Amino acid sequence: MALIVDLVFQLLQMTLVIAVAPLLTGIVRATKSRLLRRRGPSLIQPYRDLIRLARKEAVVADSASWLFRFVPYLVFAATWVAAALVPTFATGLLFSWSADLIAIIALLGSARFFLALAGLDVGTSFGGLGSSREALFGALAEPAMIVIVFTLALVAGSTQLSTVAAYMASSFVGLRVSLGMALVALIIVALAENGRVPVDNPATHLELTMVHEAMILEYSGRHLAVIELAAMLKLVLYVSLIMCVFAPWGLAIADASVADRLLGAFLYLAKLAVAGVALGVFETSIAKMRVFRVPDFVGAALMLGFLGALLLFVSRTLK
Amino acid sequence: MSAETLFLSGDAALLGLAVTGGFAARKPLAGTLVYGGALAICAAMLVLALVELLGHANGEALVLPLGLPWIGAHFRVDALSSFFLVVINLGGAAASLYGLGDARHERSPERVLPFFPAFLAGMNVVLLADDAYSFLLSWEFMSIASWALVMAHHRESDNARAGYVYIVTASFGTLMLLLAFALLASPAGGYAFDAMRAAKPTPGVAALAFILALIGAGSKAGIVPLHVWLPLAHPAAPSHVSALMSGVMTKVAVYGFVRIVFELAGPVGWWWSVPVLAVGAGTALLGVLYALMQHDLKRLLAYHTVENIGIIFIGLGFALAFKVFGMPSAAALAMTAGLLHVFNHSLFKSLLFFGAGAVLSATGQRDMDHLGGLIHNMPRTAFTFLVGCAAISALPPFNGFVSEWLTFQAILLSPALSSWVLKILAPAVGALLALSAALAAACFAKAFGITFLGRPRADAAKHAREADRLVLAAMFVLAALCLLAGILPGLFIDALSPAVSAMVGGRMPAQAGIAWLSIAPIAESRSSYNGLLVFLFITISASLAASFIHRFASDALRRAPAWDCGFPDPSPTTQYTAESFAQPIRRVFGSVAFVARERIDMPGPGETRAARFELTLGDRIWDELYVPLIAFIERASLRLNRLQFLTIRQYLGVVFGALVTLLVVLASWP
Repeated sequence: MALIVDLVFQLLQMTLVIAVAPLLTGIVRATKSRLLRRRGPSLIQPYRDLIRLARKEAVVADSASWLFRFVPYLVFAATWVAAALVPTFATGLLFSWSADLIAIIALLGSARFFLALAGLDVGTSFGGLGSSREALFGALAEPAMIVIVFTLALVAGSTQLSTVAAYMASSFVGLRVSLGMALVALIIVALAENGRVPVDNPATHLELTMVHEAMILEYSGRHLAVIELAAMLKLVLYVSLIMCVFAPWGLAIADASVADRLLGAFLYLAKLAVAGVALGVFETSIAKMRVFRVPDFVGAALMLGFLGALLLFVSRTLK
Repeated sequence: MSAETLFLSGDAALLGLAVTGGFAARKPLAGTLVYGGALAICAAMLVLALVELLGHANGEALVLPLGLPWIGAHFRVDALSSFFLVVINLGGAAASLYGLGDARHERSPERVLPFFPAFLAGMNVVLLADDAYSFLLSWEFMSIASWALVMAHHRESDNARAGYVYIVTASFGTLMLLLAFALLASPAGGYAFDAMRAAKPTPGVAALAFILALIGAGSKAGIVPLHVWLPLAHPAAPSHVSALMSGVMTKVAVYGFVRIVFELAGPVGWWWSVPVLAVGAGTALLGVLYALMQHDLKRLLAYHTVENIGIIFIGLGFALAFKVFGMPSAAALAMTAGLLHVFNHSLFKSLLFFGAGAVLSATGQRDMDHLGGLIHNMPRTAFTFLVGCAAISALPPFNGFVSEWLTFQAILLSPALSSWVLKILAPAVGALLALSAALAAACFAKAFGITFLGRPRADAAKHAREADRLVLAAMFVLAALCLLAGILPGLFIDALSPAVSAMVGGRMPAQAGIAWLSIAPIAESRSSYNGLLVFLFITISASLAASFIHRFASDALRRAPAWDCGFPDPSPTTQYTAESFAQPIRRVFGSVAFVARERIDMPGPGETRAARFELTLGDRIWDELYVPLIAFIERASLRLNRLQFLTIRQYLGVVFGALVTLLVVLASWP
């Protein structure tokens, strides 16, 4: 019986992240429009866009290979599996033990690897440009993420995200310098990984500084829809990750009642909305960086994360 | 018959094959005979080694009346050597299968066929050897056989230099090992490993032997800064030999290091792990940065071997640290991570070199900037190469991820070490490991993307043909093993445990009993990973998404010219190349590590000449370490050259002086 309940909640989680992903993007876009004194599209416009794209025929370049048509689904699947393993409103999901935080990062790394290949597949200069820049950003953001994991794992004594979240939610963690550094680093990594404003601009096309959009320039129709959805999912994943570790209020712990879980779900949606508005405000208030300033920015995250982990490694003897 | 006898007869059969190959190399079926025979022998020895490994072998030493008269030659198979025998014979069998398919492309079979089985035999005997003399003899035999294979195409430019640098470093490495063994052998001449295990060297002697072993075995494995020969020699050999050298011979070097440091050198000093970790992390990072700068596919792969050796040494370094500070289960975890990476790397590096060889046979090109678009004409090669790339980039659900994941888990245990140096070093090593793993993914996105994707950059790439069926078979077997070791890692971890416990005295919890075939290195609440489920989840959700969209939305598809923002350029030279792909990374890391300089010569207004872009890459280690060293040796030998032109009187004087000095030293020896 418990197994069935867990399975239901796991499936609910998987549908939930997909269902709210376009909404989060809609919230960010609406916030940005309002701050720019535009009326902006409605909150559900991303859903309409996805459906419209999915219904269109896909135009594929003559020089594209089988890999090009295969990659969108692979990227989507890897991102979805990763997102399904991050606690959103409850910990102790049925399959949360099948991959820990390091594996989740590696799954996102897989998605990036294949997307970079897709950028090179057609053989255009824009695709290569996007791929090579994405390779650089990824090569800096991924180790930053790993050192953040070091910090979290040493604080909570586990790399299992459910356990980390449960630890953060239940016991008195207190203010720790390491965790503060990890939070700042994690936010920087999240901005870089999702191609948000100081690093990349999701709203531009035909700009020399674009990264993610350059890689997927040749995609159209259903392929583009799937990739866009994967990008939205990734944003939800990072927001959920930050929330479940640094703001785990209302998170339903393993054996919580159904009512608790429902409450957790509502709180989670509220947290998502707050995060979406905050991201919109942040993006409007800051200018995009030159591409070669980005390594400094992401490198700062790496250094902060590293300092945090180092403090923990060294402070272990003092106890 | 004991396992040792069976293995030795297998090696004798390989040597016989080598002689046959030498005499019959020009005969039409010589390749089939030699590679077929090598395949059969390696497969038999692989099965035997698996039986020994799973049957927890701990054989008695077999003493043959060979070698030095008062020692004899000792041979023994234990858990550690049977694990490495599995690695070597698996790689050997795969390389033989590749050779069987690719033999007709070989221009000078008489330079390859005799040495290929000899090389395999040499590597096998190193693992069987149970005394210093046979170890060093077979080690040197292995070096010379592989040197001959490096020189197979000696008329190509650079190959002669590669062979020269290789033979010099190989001899230097053997000399270091010789000195290490000399220190460890008791003054009575206990050259058998049994005697060394029993002897208790003083800490100073043990430490010196450790340093010598690190240098000697490390130079063979390719640790920075002793790696300079590797990216020259490995690509110069025929591709299946490159696979053997990179995927397998470097592992023999790792074996030598583990054997000496963990077993023969006696009690481990507390600081031993520090140089191993520092060297491992530096090797990993520099190896992958060098690899990123390459545009020769085989050289890129060779530099990448350097990176993976670094990762293996990180695992071994943590194993040493945990062993010293009395944490046997953590030491077992780190050791398992290192040894599993040995196995994994032998799989995917062989696979990738086979892929590079198939490309070389099909197009005659190793330079990625003249390739491109091969996925259309060589779809199967491209698919297996992609699997290899994903595995080496540590992407789940493939095998490379498992060993790196285990290494990270070991690093997370290191705060419990009671040494300040290690506490500070451990997170730095972890960060460098993460950085090099991420750079590896970038490197292989480049290797696969530039070689196989895009549009063909030259005619040779446009008219390439799919590789031979046996070549493909060798690649598919290795690709399947990469996936298998990635989704069922528990099986492989359990198989390793006798070798691990023999070296560090602890073992990881048995993985076979864990539900759903997960792996959990310490406890399930701490960390667990299930490759099988990750693989299934990805497959199911990808097919679910695809079928849902095709069913309910649209499945129409139209082919059209590339969009490229409305300005597609028909010339394939406008694509990104190996250099331009790595340009952002070169700009971030290059100026420090490679003294990279870009010079743009832009014509002024009105001038009609073309603009020029020049890129120069230096090699810091070569320029600042080896060039002065070579200059010093040259000066010293010029000085010593005078010794050749003395009179007989002076020679007698020199001899007398030397004799007196030696006698004085001997008399004053404590």
